[in-house]
Amino acid sequence: MKLNTLIASAFLILVAPAAWAESNITVMHPTAFETAPTAMAGGGFMHISNDGDTDDTLLSVEADFPRVELHTTEFTDGVAKMMHVEGVPVPAGGMVALEPGGYHVMFMGLQGDPFEVGETIPATLIFEHAGEVDITFEVVERTMEHNH
Amino acid sequence: MKAVIIGTTTLIAAAGLGLYTWNVSQNAKQTPCGDTAVASSAIGGPFELVSETGETVTDTDVITKPTLVYFGYTFCPDVCPLDSARNAQAAYLLEDEGYDIGTVFISVDPDRDTPQVVGDFTENFHENMIGLTGSAEQVSVASKAYRTYYRKQDGDDEYYLVDHSTQTYLMMPDTGFATFFKRDHTPEQIAEITACFMDTEV
Ligand SMILES: [Cu+2]
Repeated sequence: MKLNTLIASAFLILVAPAAWAESNITVMHPTAFETAPTAMAGGGFMHISNDGDTDDTLLSVEADFPRVELHTTEFTDGVAKMMHVEGVPVPAGGMVALEPGGYHVMFMGLQGDPFEVGETIPATLIFEHAGEVDITFEVVERTMEHNH
Repeated sequence: MKAVIIGTTTLIAAAGLGLYTWNVSQNAKQTPCGDTAVASSAIGGPFELVSETGETVTDTDVITKPTLVYFGYTFCPDVCPLDSARNAQAAYLLEDEGYDIGTVFISVDPDRDTPQVVGDFTENFHENMIGLTGSAEQVSVASKAYRTYYRKQDGDDEYYLVDHSTQTYLMMPDTGFATFFKRDHTPEQIAEITACFMDTEV
Protein backbone atom coordinates (compact mmCIF):
# COMPACT_ATOMS: atom_id res chain seq x y z
CA MET A 1 0.00 0.00 0.00
CA LYS A 2 2.70 2.36 1.08
CA LEU A 3 4.79 1.25 -1.87
CA ASN A 4 1.93 1.89 -4.27
CA THR A 5 1.53 5.43 -2.99
CA LEU A 6 5.22 5.96 -3.38
CA ILE A 7 5.18 4.70 -6.94
CA ALA A 8 2.15 6.83 -7.70
CA SER A 9 3.85 9.89 -6.24
CA ALA A 10 7.00 9.24 -8.20
CA PHE A 11 4.92 8.82 -11.34
CA LEU A 12 3.14 12.10 -10.70
CA ILE A 13 6.41 13.93 -10.18
CA LEU A 14 7.74 12.54 -13.42
CA VAL A 15 4.62 13.23 -15.41
CA ALA A 16 3.54 16.57 -13.99
CA PRO A 17 6.31 18.78 -15.39
CA ALA A 18 5.76 17.36 -18.86
CA ALA A 19 2.02 18.02 -18.63
CA TRP A 20 2.67 21.55 -17.47
CA ALA A 21 4.86 22.28 -20.40
CA GLU A 22 2.10 21.34 -22.80
CA SER A 23 -0.79 23.37 -24.02
CA ASN A 24 -4.25 21.91 -23.86
CA ILE A 25 -5.84 22.51 -27.24
CA THR A 26 -9.54 22.27 -28.03
CA VAL A 27 -10.81 22.84 -31.55
CA MET A 28 -14.42 23.96 -31.98
CA HIS A 29 -16.64 23.98 -35.07
CA PRO A 30 -14.17 23.28 -37.88
CA THR A 31 -16.24 24.56 -40.80
CA ALA A 32 -15.74 25.16 -44.51
CA PHE A 33 -18.17 26.93 -46.80
CA GLU A 34 -19.56 25.30 -49.90
CA THR A 35 -17.94 26.42 -53.14
CA ALA A 36 -18.97 26.81 -56.76
CA PRO A 37 -18.53 23.71 -58.97
CA THR A 38 -15.44 25.15 -60.70
CA ALA A 39 -13.91 26.77 -57.60
CA MET A 40 -10.14 26.52 -57.29
CA ALA A 41 -9.89 27.28 -53.58
CA GLY A 42 -11.91 27.00 -50.38
CA GLY A 43 -11.64 28.39 -46.87
CA GLY A 44 -11.66 26.58 -43.52
CA PHE A 45 -12.62 28.20 -40.24
CA MET A 46 -12.67 27.19 -36.54
CA HIS A 47 -12.15 28.35 -32.99
CA ILE A 48 -9.13 27.06 -31.08
CA SER A 49 -8.83 27.36 -27.31
CA ASN A 50 -5.79 26.67 -25.17
CA ASP A 51 -6.62 25.66 -21.59
CA GLY A 52 -2.99 24.95 -20.74
CA ASP A 53 -0.55 27.42 -19.26
CA THR A 54 1.89 27.49 -22.15
CA ASP A 55 1.40 29.65 -25.22
CA ASP A 56 1.06 27.56 -28.34
CA THR A 57 1.10 28.24 -32.07
CA LEU A 58 -0.79 26.59 -34.90
CA LEU A 59 2.06 26.08 -37.37
CA SER A 60 0.38 24.37 -40.30
CA VAL A 61 -2.51 22.28 -41.53
CA GLU A 62 -2.27 19.07 -43.50
CA ALA A 63 -5.09 17.85 -45.73
CA ASP A 64 -5.45 16.04 -49.02
CA PHE A 65 -5.09 19.00 -51.41
CA PRO A 66 -2.23 20.17 -53.63
CA ARG A 67 -1.62 23.08 -51.26
CA VAL A 68 -2.92 23.95 -47.80
CA GLU A 69 -1.81 27.14 -46.04
CA LEU A 70 -2.70 29.33 -43.10
CA HIS A 71 -3.81 32.75 -44.33
CA THR A 72 -5.03 36.02 -43.01
CA THR A 73 -6.43 39.11 -44.73
CA GLU A 74 -5.33 42.65 -43.99
CA PHE A 75 -7.41 45.65 -45.00
CA THR A 76 -5.74 48.95 -45.79
CA ASP A 77 -7.83 51.82 -47.17
CA GLY A 78 -10.42 49.42 -48.50
CA VAL A 79 -7.88 47.13 -50.20
CA ALA A 80 -7.92 43.49 -49.11
CA LYS A 81 -4.58 41.73 -49.06
CA MET A 82 -4.70 38.01 -48.34
CA MET A 83 -1.41 36.58 -47.15
CA HIS A 84 0.28 33.45 -45.92
CA VAL A 85 1.10 33.44 -42.19
CA GLU A 86 3.84 31.35 -40.58
CA GLY A 87 1.71 30.56 -37.55
CA VAL A 88 -1.44 31.44 -35.65
CA PRO A 89 -0.73 32.15 -31.95
CA VAL A 90 -2.98 30.43 -29.41
CA PRO A 91 -2.13 32.05 -26.06
CA ALA A 92 -2.28 30.10 -22.80
CA GLY A 93 -5.75 30.40 -21.31
CA GLY A 94 -6.95 32.08 -24.48
CA MET A 95 -8.76 31.42 -27.73
CA VAL A 96 -8.17 32.32 -31.34
CA ALA A 97 -10.85 32.54 -33.99
CA LEU A 98 -10.26 31.60 -37.61
CA GLU A 99 -13.23 33.51 -39.00
CA PRO A 100 -14.35 35.03 -42.30
CA GLY A 101 -12.43 38.24 -42.94
CA GLY A 102 -9.43 37.13 -40.85
CA TYR A 103 -7.43 33.97 -40.31
CA HIS A 104 -8.45 30.98 -42.42
CA VAL A 105 -7.18 27.67 -43.67
CA MET A 106 -6.75 28.01 -47.43
CA PHE A 107 -7.36 24.81 -49.36
CA MET A 108 -5.92 25.26 -52.84
CA GLY A 109 -6.26 23.15 -55.96
CA LEU A 110 -9.87 21.91 -55.68
CA GLN A 111 -10.21 21.77 -59.45
CA GLY A 112 -13.10 19.53 -60.28
CA ASP A 113 -13.93 18.56 -56.70
CA PRO A 114 -15.81 21.45 -55.06
CA PHE A 115 -16.88 21.60 -51.42
CA GLU A 116 -20.47 20.41 -51.16
CA VAL A 117 -22.80 20.85 -48.21
CA GLY A 118 -22.65 17.83 -45.90
CA GLU A 119 -19.21 16.81 -47.11
CA THR A 120 -16.46 16.39 -44.51
CA ILE A 121 -12.78 17.22 -44.90
CA PRO A 122 -10.33 15.40 -42.63
CA ALA A 123 -7.29 17.48 -41.68
CA THR A 124 -4.45 17.50 -39.18
CA LEU A 125 -3.48 20.65 -37.31
CA ILE A 126 0.19 20.88 -36.34
CA PHE A 127 0.87 22.84 -33.15
CA GLU A 128 4.27 23.88 -31.88
CA HIS A 129 3.67 22.27 -28.46
CA ALA A 130 0.48 20.22 -28.67
CA GLY A 131 1.73 18.46 -31.78
CA GLU A 132 -0.76 16.90 -34.16
CA VAL A 133 -4.49 17.32 -33.64
CA ASP A 134 -6.82 15.53 -36.04
CA ILE A 135 -10.02 17.37 -36.93
CA THR A 136 -12.80 17.16 -39.50
CA PHE A 137 -14.12 20.21 -41.33
CA GLU A 138 -17.81 20.15 -42.06
CA VAL A 139 -18.93 21.85 -45.26
CA VAL A 140 -21.89 24.16 -44.67
CA GLU A 141 -24.02 26.59 -46.62
CA ARG A 142 -23.17 30.28 -46.50
CA THR A 143 -25.14 31.83 -43.66
CA MET A 144 -26.17 35.12 -45.31
CA GLU A 145 -28.56 33.20 -47.49
CA HIS A 146 -31.93 34.54 -48.52
CA ASN A 147 -34.98 32.28 -48.33
CA HIS A 148 -36.12 32.26 -51.92
CA MET B 1 -9.58 68.34 -21.62
CA LYS B 2 -8.49 64.81 -22.26
CA ALA B 3 -11.76 64.08 -24.03
CA VAL B 4 -11.29 67.12 -26.24
CA ILE B 5 -7.81 66.03 -27.23
CA ILE B 6 -8.99 62.51 -28.05
CA GLY B 7 -11.89 63.95 -30.05
CA THR B 8 -9.60 66.18 -32.06
CA THR B 9 -7.15 63.38 -32.74
CA THR B 10 -9.94 61.13 -33.93
CA LEU B 11 -11.28 63.84 -36.18
CA ILE B 12 -7.86 64.47 -37.69
CA ALA B 13 -7.33 60.73 -38.18
CA ALA B 14 -10.76 60.34 -39.76
CA ALA B 15 -10.24 63.33 -42.02
CA GLY B 16 -6.80 62.08 -43.02
CA LEU B 17 -8.13 58.64 -43.87
CA GLY B 18 -10.94 60.07 -45.97
CA LEU B 19 -8.54 62.33 -47.82
CA TYR B 20 -6.12 59.50 -48.44
CA THR B 21 -8.77 57.06 -49.59
CA TRP B 22 -10.71 59.27 -51.92
CA ASN B 23 -8.64 62.39 -52.34
CA VAL B 24 -11.88 64.29 -52.70
CA SER B 25 -12.82 64.88 -49.09
CA GLN B 26 -13.17 68.62 -49.65
CA ASN B 27 -16.23 67.74 -51.72
CA ALA B 28 -17.57 65.23 -49.21
CA LYS B 29 -20.93 66.08 -47.73
CA GLN B 30 -23.88 64.18 -46.34
CA THR B 31 -26.49 63.58 -49.00
CA PRO B 32 -30.23 63.06 -48.47
CA CYS B 33 -29.64 59.30 -48.74
CA GLY B 34 -27.31 59.29 -45.75
CA ASP B 35 -24.22 58.26 -47.66
CA THR B 36 -21.06 60.23 -48.20
CA ALA B 37 -20.98 61.91 -51.57
CA VAL B 38 -17.83 61.88 -53.67
CA ALA B 39 -17.08 63.49 -57.02
CA SER B 40 -19.31 61.33 -59.19
CA SER B 41 -17.75 62.07 -62.56
CA ALA B 42 -14.55 60.41 -61.40
CA ILE B 43 -16.01 56.89 -61.14
CA GLY B 44 -17.41 54.64 -63.83
CA GLY B 45 -17.45 54.95 -67.59
CA PRO B 46 -17.03 52.79 -70.64
CA PHE B 47 -15.66 49.27 -70.45
CA GLU B 48 -15.63 46.18 -72.60
CA LEU B 49 -15.57 42.81 -70.83
CA VAL B 50 -16.49 39.18 -71.42
CA SER B 51 -19.75 37.72 -70.05
CA GLU B 52 -20.39 34.34 -68.44
CA THR B 53 -21.35 32.98 -71.87
CA GLY B 54 -18.17 34.26 -73.50
CA GLU B 55 -19.73 37.22 -75.29
CA THR B 56 -18.10 40.63 -75.38
CA VAL B 57 -20.27 43.12 -73.52
CA THR B 58 -20.00 46.83 -72.76
CA ASP B 59 -21.03 48.91 -69.75
CA THR B 60 -24.30 49.84 -71.45
CA ASP B 61 -25.15 46.14 -72.01
CA VAL B 62 -24.48 45.37 -68.36
CA ILE B 63 -25.77 48.38 -66.43
CA THR B 64 -29.34 48.49 -67.72
CA LYS B 65 -30.83 49.24 -64.30
CA PRO B 66 -29.49 50.44 -60.95
CA THR B 67 -26.63 48.04 -60.28
CA LEU B 68 -24.24 47.12 -57.48
CA VAL B 69 -20.75 46.66 -58.95
CA TYR B 70 -17.93 44.80 -57.17
CA PHE B 71 -14.40 43.87 -58.27
CA GLY B 72 -12.84 40.66 -56.91
CA TYR B 73 -11.50 37.22 -57.85
CA THR B 74 -12.88 33.76 -57.37
CA PHE B 75 -9.68 32.21 -55.97
CA CYS B 76 -10.40 34.30 -52.88
CA PRO B 77 -12.39 31.92 -50.63
CA ASP B 78 -13.20 34.38 -47.92
CA VAL B 79 -13.58 38.12 -48.53
CA CYS B 80 -15.00 38.04 -52.08
CA PRO B 81 -17.72 35.46 -51.34
CA LEU B 82 -18.58 37.33 -48.16
CA ASP B 83 -18.96 40.66 -49.97
CA SER B 84 -20.77 39.06 -52.92
CA ALA B 85 -23.20 37.26 -50.61
CA ARG B 86 -23.78 40.56 -48.83
CA ASN B 87 -24.52 42.37 -52.12
CA ALA B 88 -26.81 39.53 -53.23
CA GLN B 89 -28.64 39.74 -49.92
CA ALA B 90 -29.09 43.51 -50.38
CA ALA B 91 -30.51 42.81 -53.85
CA TYR B 92 -32.96 40.24 -52.47
CA LEU B 93 -34.11 42.73 -49.83
CA LEU B 94 -34.64 45.39 -52.51
CA GLU B 95 -36.48 42.96 -54.78
CA ASP B 96 -38.78 42.07 -51.90
CA GLU B 97 -39.66 45.78 -51.73
CA GLY B 98 -40.34 45.88 -55.46
CA TYR B 99 -37.08 47.49 -56.61
CA ASP B 100 -35.44 46.21 -59.80
CA ILE B 101 -31.75 46.02 -58.92
CA GLY B 102 -28.80 44.34 -60.63
CA THR B 103 -25.56 42.93 -59.20
CA VAL B 104 -22.27 42.60 -61.05
CA PHE B 105 -19.00 40.87 -60.13
CA ILE B 106 -15.97 41.87 -62.22
CA SER B 107 -12.92 39.62 -61.97
CA VAL B 108 -9.51 41.19 -61.47
CA ASP B 109 -7.91 37.79 -62.09
CA PRO B 110 -8.58 37.22 -65.81
CA ASP B 111 -5.87 34.54 -66.13
CA ARG B 112 -7.68 32.08 -63.87
CA ASP B 113 -11.24 33.41 -63.96
CA THR B 114 -12.66 32.09 -67.21
CA PRO B 115 -16.23 33.05 -68.14
CA GLN B 116 -17.44 29.69 -66.80
CA VAL B 117 -15.60 30.03 -63.47
CA VAL B 118 -16.99 33.53 -62.93
CA GLY B 119 -20.45 32.34 -63.96
CA ASP B 120 -20.41 29.47 -61.47
CA PHE B 121 -19.13 31.78 -58.76
CA THR B 122 -21.84 34.41 -59.16
CA GLU B 123 -24.60 31.80 -59.60
CA ASN B 124 -23.92 30.75 -56.01
CA PHE B 125 -25.00 34.11 -54.61
CA HIS B 126 -27.84 35.37 -56.78
CA GLU B 127 -29.35 33.76 -59.85
CA ASN B 128 -29.17 37.12 -61.68
CA MET B 129 -25.71 38.23 -60.57
CA ILE B 130 -23.65 39.00 -63.67
CA GLY B 131 -20.07 37.72 -63.66
CA LEU B 132 -17.59 39.44 -65.95
CA THR B 133 -13.99 38.75 -66.90
CA GLY B 134 -11.92 39.59 -69.97
CA SER B 135 -8.42 40.03 -71.25
CA ALA B 136 -5.81 41.56 -68.93
CA GLU B 137 -6.20 44.79 -70.89
CA GLN B 138 -10.02 44.82 -70.71
CA VAL B 139 -9.99 44.22 -66.96
CA SER B 140 -7.38 46.92 -66.47
CA VAL B 141 -9.49 49.46 -68.38
CA ALA B 142 -12.61 48.62 -66.33
CA SER B 143 -10.71 48.79 -63.05
CA LYS B 144 -9.18 52.15 -63.93
CA ALA B 145 -12.59 53.53 -64.90
CA TYR B 146 -13.92 52.59 -61.47
CA ARG B 147 -10.79 53.73 -59.65
CA THR B 148 -10.24 50.33 -58.13
CA TYR B 149 -6.88 48.85 -57.25
CA TYR B 150 -5.67 45.32 -57.86
CA ARG B 151 -2.27 43.72 -57.90
CA LYS B 152 -1.27 40.10 -58.44
CA GLN B 153 1.16 38.97 -55.74
CA ASP B 154 4.53 37.64 -56.87
CA GLY B 155 6.07 34.27 -56.27
CA ASP B 156 3.54 31.66 -57.30
CA ASP B 157 2.44 30.77 -60.80
CA GLU B 158 -0.55 28.63 -59.93
CA TYR B 159 -1.80 29.57 -56.47
CA TYR B 160 -1.05 33.29 -56.46
CA LEU B 161 -3.14 35.78 -54.51
CA VAL B 162 -4.48 39.13 -55.71
CA ASP B 163 -4.75 42.30 -53.60
CA HIS B 164 -7.87 44.24 -54.53
CA SER B 165 -10.25 47.05 -53.56
CA THR B 166 -13.39 45.92 -51.78
CA GLN B 167 -15.85 48.77 -52.24
CA THR B 168 -19.15 48.20 -53.99
CA TYR B 169 -20.46 50.88 -56.34
CA LEU B 170 -24.07 51.81 -56.93
CA MET B 171 -24.28 52.70 -60.61
CA MET B 172 -27.28 54.15 -62.43
CA PRO B 173 -27.87 53.43 -66.14
CA ASP B 174 -28.37 57.09 -67.09
CA THR B 175 -26.54 59.12 -64.47
CA GLY B 176 -23.68 56.76 -63.65
CA PHE B 177 -22.08 56.67 -60.25
CA ALA B 178 -24.44 57.26 -57.31
CA THR B 179 -22.49 56.17 -54.22
CA PHE B 180 -20.24 53.45 -52.88
CA PHE B 181 -20.40 51.00 -49.99
CA LYS B 182 -17.62 49.73 -47.80
CA ARG B 183 -17.13 46.22 -46.46
CA ASP B 184 -18.79 47.03 -43.14
CA HIS B 185 -22.06 48.15 -44.72
CA THR B 186 -24.77 45.59 -43.95
CA PRO B 187 -27.22 44.27 -46.56
CA GLU B 188 -29.93 46.31 -44.82
CA GLN B 189 -27.92 49.55 -45.04
CA ILE B 190 -27.11 48.97 -48.71
CA ALA B 191 -30.76 48.19 -49.47
CA GLU B 192 -31.95 51.29 -47.64
CA ILE B 193 -29.49 53.71 -49.25
CA THR B 194 -29.98 52.17 -52.70
CA ALA B 195 -33.76 52.43 -52.36
CA CYS B 196 -33.38 56.09 -51.44
CA PHE B 197 -31.34 56.75 -54.58
CA MET B 198 -33.83 54.84 -56.71
CA ASP B 199 -36.72 56.82 -55.19
CA THR B 200 -35.06 60.15 -55.94
CA GLU B 201 -34.10 59.18 -59.51
CA VAL B 202 -36.54 60.68 -61.96
CU1 LIG C 1 -6.55 32.64 -48.29
